[in-house]
Amino acid sequence: MTTATLPDTHADEGGPGWIRRNRMTLAPLMFLLPGILFFLVYVIVPIFQSFYISFFRWDGLGEPSYIGLANYQELASDPAFEVSLWNNLKWLILYLLAIPGGLFIALFLNQTVTGIRLYKSLFFFPFVISQVVVGLVFGWFYAPSFGLLSQVTEWMGLGTVNVLGDPRYATYGIIGAGLWPQVSYCMIIYLTGLNAVDPEQVEAARLDGAKGLRMLWHVILPQLRPATFLAFVVTIIGALRSFDLISIMTNGGPFGSTRILSFYMFEKALSEYGFRMGYGAAIAVVLFLIMLCFIAYFLWSMYREEKGAR
Amino acid sequence: MFPRPIEQTSRPWQLTYQSLLPLALIMWLLPLLAVAFFSIKPDVDFTTGNYWGWPSAFAGFENYGKVFFQSDMPRYLLNSVLITVPTVIGCVVLSSMTGFALGIYKFRGNLWIFFLFVAGNFVPFQILMVPVRDLTLDMGLYNTKLGLVLFHVAFQTGFCTLFMRNFIRALPYELIEAARVEGVAEWRIFWYVVIPLMKPAMAAAAVLVFTFVWNDYFWAVVLTQGAESQPVTAGITSFNAQYRAAYHLMSAGSIVAALPPVAMFFLMQRHFIAGLTLGAVK
Repeated sequence: MTTATLPDTHADEGGPGWIRRNRMTLAPLMFLLPGILFFLVYVIVPIFQSFYISFFRWDGLGEPSYIGLANYQELASDPAFEVSLWNNLKWLILYLLAIPGGLFIALFLNQTVTGIRLYKSLFFFPFVISQVVVGLVFGWFYAPSFGLLSQVTEWMGLGTVNVLGDPRYATYGIIGAGLWPQVSYCMIIYLTGLNAVDPEQVEAARLDGAKGLRMLWHVILPQLRPATFLAFVVTIIGALRSFDLISIMTNGGPFGSTRILSFYMFEKALSEYGFRMGYGAAIAVVLFLIMLCFIAYFLWSMYREEKGAR
Repeated sequence: MFPRPIEQTSRPWQLTYQSLLPLALIMWLLPLLAVAFFSIKPDVDFTTGNYWGWPSAFAGFENYGKVFFQSDMPRYLLNSVLITVPTVIGCVVLSSMTGFALGIYKFRGNLWIFFLFVAGNFVPFQILMVPVRDLTLDMGLYNTKLGLVLFHVAFQTGFCTLFMRNFIRALPYELIEAARVEGVAEWRIFWYVVIPLMKPAMAAAAVLVFTFVWNDYFWAVVLTQGAESQPVTAGITSFNAQYRAAYHLMSAGSIVAALPPVAMFFLMQRHFIAGLTLGAVK
């Protein structure tokens, strides 16, 4: 029935024989070629190049000199690297709060009152804004002299807090800022997921007397599994990629206490501390290897799903 | 439906919910509202320490006027447009082709190529930084918009391929088979059968790439410097350096920088959300 709408293409017949015979091999190749080429040159090959560069001492201009594993040995005794690694762990763990946070807001908004659509979009707002602006906004929010947070703590009689100026709190302050858009993202994933929850199962469970948290845990969450997986993936990636917020809010300070690997790498390779490309690449390799564990897990999950499908 | 629809609950709870909604929203957007509030205050409020009190005058026009007519902001905005729009076009073109190839054809290594795109897309940027910067320098494209566009196209193609391929997979395969039986050439199948059906996916990919690229800061700092080619995310930092402590101007500048993706989101909301959930969660 659909063939009727297809254009008449019989004029095409009689092309060179070889091409016609091999078209099922050639066609995907031609379609893939430009995209793959771009992707190889700018993404895949650079990953291996970074591994390679990490064995050199290189200022980005002169001749690189091979130094074997010296960069990695230096990393092992670099206190700034250790701080970055710990901070990365804090980011990873605390960022996961975005998942229950997003679920909570999604449940709160999953109603059909008038204007709810607009509410949902406005709650989603923070995710659309660039992290640079989020960083600026939260930088002022935390400002000790006039920031909203200090206004509140002062009003409660706690005095002012200088979140970003205090090495004890600064990282948590930045993570807080990062959670704001991330919670929005998880919220929208869960809202879409909640749409697909089978209403009959919910009604059946309700007749059986399930409600509240028990209902959520035993009936709703199992059905939200794909949403939770996606939220987990994007949150982990978000946590390991975060760079903008740190750069804008504290620039790694105070006293280097808010560095994480992605930022420290940039600092070493491309900033006033001199261009240490090799050392920077070594840090990037460590970050990449951490990410690789997660990537492998994600791909493995996707692979199992693909095997189940067509 | 979960939680229990509000219409089925008691009257007092309904009223509580209705009043809780706007309150929660205001709390949620408080940091942004504060910036919007700052951006309409006059200079003098900040020098006298009147940060949170009623504005002594409405200076919205003046502040935004300054941002638009007395700073490099319009230039940065234009750069952002000139970087973002070609990237979106390039990405959609490349990824609809790769998505088609991976979604329709069965060949050895199909899944592995697909996973290559997916994995590359999850990679932390920093592992690419040194080689990509070097490559861009070698091609003489450092500090040009083209240099940024080329990288963004390549990187975002990974994400879009994931998205397009899954979308094409969900199309009825009989459609393509029927066309093949008719003897339609493969590229015609792509152009006349698949592309028209892919429009929603292309729209979703386009808005997402627009937002991602517009909001990119890392690559803007790595591959460009100076007002002639930097996008607005990088520009806002030099704007802020220029107007240090002029909170009314920095606020206005931030809002201007943030606005285009926000507008995009409100215009194309449905596509946007379909894209963010990768079409996986329906």
